[in-house]
Amino acid sequence: MAREISYKAAISEAHVQSMEMDPNVFIMGVGAADPTGIFGTTVEASKKFGPARVFDTPLSEATLTGAGIGAALCGMKPVLIHARNDFLLLTMDQIVNHAAKWNYMAGGQFKVPFLIRAIVGRGWGQAAQHSQSLQALFAHIPGLQVIMPTFPYDAKGLILSSLQSNHATICIEHRWLYEKSGPVPQEPYTIPMGEGNIVKKGKDVTVIAISHMVLEALTAAETCSKENIDIEIIDPRCLRPLDESLILESVKKTGRLVIADTSWKSCGISAEIAALASEKAFEFLKAPIIRITLPDAPTPCSSVLENAYYPNHKNIAEAAKSLVLGKPAKNDNDIFSHKIEREKEFSGPF
Amino acid sequence: MQTYTVTSQLALEIYKSLVRCRKFEEKIVELYPEQQIKCPTHLSLGQEGVAAGVCAALTNGDKIFSTHRCHSHTVAKGANFKPLMAELYGKVTGCCRGKGGSMHFLAPEVGAMGASAIVAGSIPLAVGAALAAQMKGEKTVSVAFFGDGAVEQGPFHESLNFSALKKLPILFICENNGLATCTPISKRQAHGNISKRAEGYGLPGIKVDGNNVIEVWNAASGAAQRAKNGEGPTLIEALCYRWKEHVGPNYDHHLGFRTKEEVETNIKKCPIQRFLDTALEKNWFTLETAKKIEDAIQNELNAAVVFAKESPFPKEEEIFAGV
Ligand SMILES: Cc1ncc(C[n+]2csc(CCOP(=O)(O)OP(=O)(O)O)c2C)c(N)n1
Ligand SMILES: [Mg+2]
Repeated sequence: MAREISYKAAISEAHVQSMEMDPNVFIMGVGAADPTGIFGTTVEASKKFGPARVFDTPLSEATLTGAGIGAALCGMKPVLIHARNDFLLLTMDQIVNHAAKWNYMAGGQFKVPFLIRAIVGRGWGQAAQHSQSLQALFAHIPGLQVIMPTFPYDAKGLILSSLQSNHATICIEHRWLYEKSGPVPQEPYTIPMGEGNIVKKGKDVTVIAISHMVLEALTAAETCSKENIDIEIIDPRCLRPLDESLILESVKKTGRLVIADTSWKSCGISAEIAALASEKAFEFLKAPIIRITLPDAPTPCSSVLENAYYPNHKNIAEAAKSLVLGKPAKNDNDIFSHKIEREKEFSGPF
Repeated sequence: MQTYTVTSQLALEIYKSLVRCRKFEEKIVELYPEQQIKCPTHLSLGQEGVAAGVCAALTNGDKIFSTHRCHSHTVAKGANFKPLMAELYGKVTGCCRGKGGSMHFLAPEVGAMGASAIVAGSIPLAVGAALAAQMKGEKTVSVAFFGDGAVEQGPFHESLNFSALKKLPILFICENNGLATCTPISKRQAHGNISKRAEGYGLPGIKVDGNNVIEVWNAASGAAQRAKNGEGPTLIEALCYRWKEHVGPNYDHHLGFRTKEEVETNIKKCPIQRFLDTALEKNWFTLETAKKIEDAIQNELNAAVVFAKESPFPKEEEIFAGV
């Protein structure tokens, strides 16, 4: 039987193996070498390689991002970790103006093998500044790679892959995936950038799901199968480059598309995927596209609001059914009708 | 540095402020295990001397901006307990109507303008408030509270430079507790002498003992007067000690980055006990008066907990309110 390990263990293993394979790989970040080691993902690497290659940084995210770029230009392979997506915002200039463009501006003479990991927080009232899912901001930028691994297998393969590529990679990890387990080969392997994953085959409706929403889509698929609706779930895993052909093939097959993202709707990844489908598979679509996203508001703190804020498998199942049965889906004002009690999955103090 | 005289009335106010800060958070420690306060909660137990000392030097019109560790700042500025406690419980009667939680306390009616959970995020906002006061010709000051970790961020340095350049009426108050989560300052800064940073930007930097409330108050009073006289900003570094874990109600020595002995030794240096001892010795007030103050605050607090627990949650449509 295949070995199963948790998502966080898969990340940890990817770090350790990449550091064993390449002496130029090093890890830094606020709390990267502290006793808790970024939710356990850097503890092993810390133990094995010590403070010369795994170190805490000052609270200077912007500068450390630039330093990561500079080190990468000079032959190192840095990994910079942020405990939340939200802290990436301090580093936008270095990522967008520098990491993404240094090679291009130099006419292609440079490599920037630089991995930046950042975690999406959710639950226990983390509120507006500790829970954002900012993939769209980065997927917008030519010159970057953006990955959002869902399963432990994806996490290890994509992290190893990113450190073998010549580009800066933003890896966005949902905190609720950390304790989930799945099969992961012991030996190092890579997943090509831009290669999506058919999580479940189906014939009636395509659900393109991002990160944690893949798990919600799997639950939705079970519900739908009881009503003889067969969902196909595609996980792009990588948002830039995006596996267009995999998405289009599925849409052409089913003719119905639901997109489920962990972030907002306006100008988000779901907009990009919807545009792709209407540009390149318009004649195959049998119904309007439905997008399941966060409501158009920052994350509220109060547990009751938080609970209503996040869409889930019920929203996906309902959307899929409405497409097949030809009934209109619930409109935006009804998004709260599907709230479910989620507290047991994640509780405080943090 | 000028030395101001402590009147009995001021001493009583400071004591009241200290006890309000302390009891508010002791209550959280007591209630948190009930799992009804559902948000990350950063306690300032042991650090109240800075909040109370600085806020005692301010008037109602002065503005403060705070951090993830914002309870004592907001309480010391004079906020009512009820909306703060209700905010912790995610209630619509909370100071942020349930949108913010523990990391975003505010009380605009007494000049507490909010708190950012992004380290150093609110320092420039305080600079802006000082700029507004200057442009409007108001005789008020603005205060940026932040930790030693914030000193590592660019906006701290840019804020010192800009406010010194413009002679803005602002107090930069650094609560140096020597820690950012579990990482000691020695692993983050080549030298931890934060008040020294001021000199390079052309403003005074003062180091005070955060456990000595009078010393904090005195330095803040001088800085506020200086700011109101149009002489510009001051950086005050207040040395203090975080008793509890970074976030949550427990102790953290089991993590191994500091010892139980270290924590216990520092708890003995309690700023409130020290202030009380001085107050009694100098006859600013009697022990009896102190007890009366404590009892009144306890009642105020108990009422706030009842209020918070009995208040309604926000309605789901509130998600879109205030976007
Ligand atoms: C920009 C940013 N990076 C990281 C964090 C995570 N974080 C929250 S509080 C904290 C430590 C801050 O230390 P300090 O400024 O000294 O304040 P203290 O917690 O000691 O009061 C860290 C790293 C954050 N909130 N914002
Ligand atoms: Mg600190």
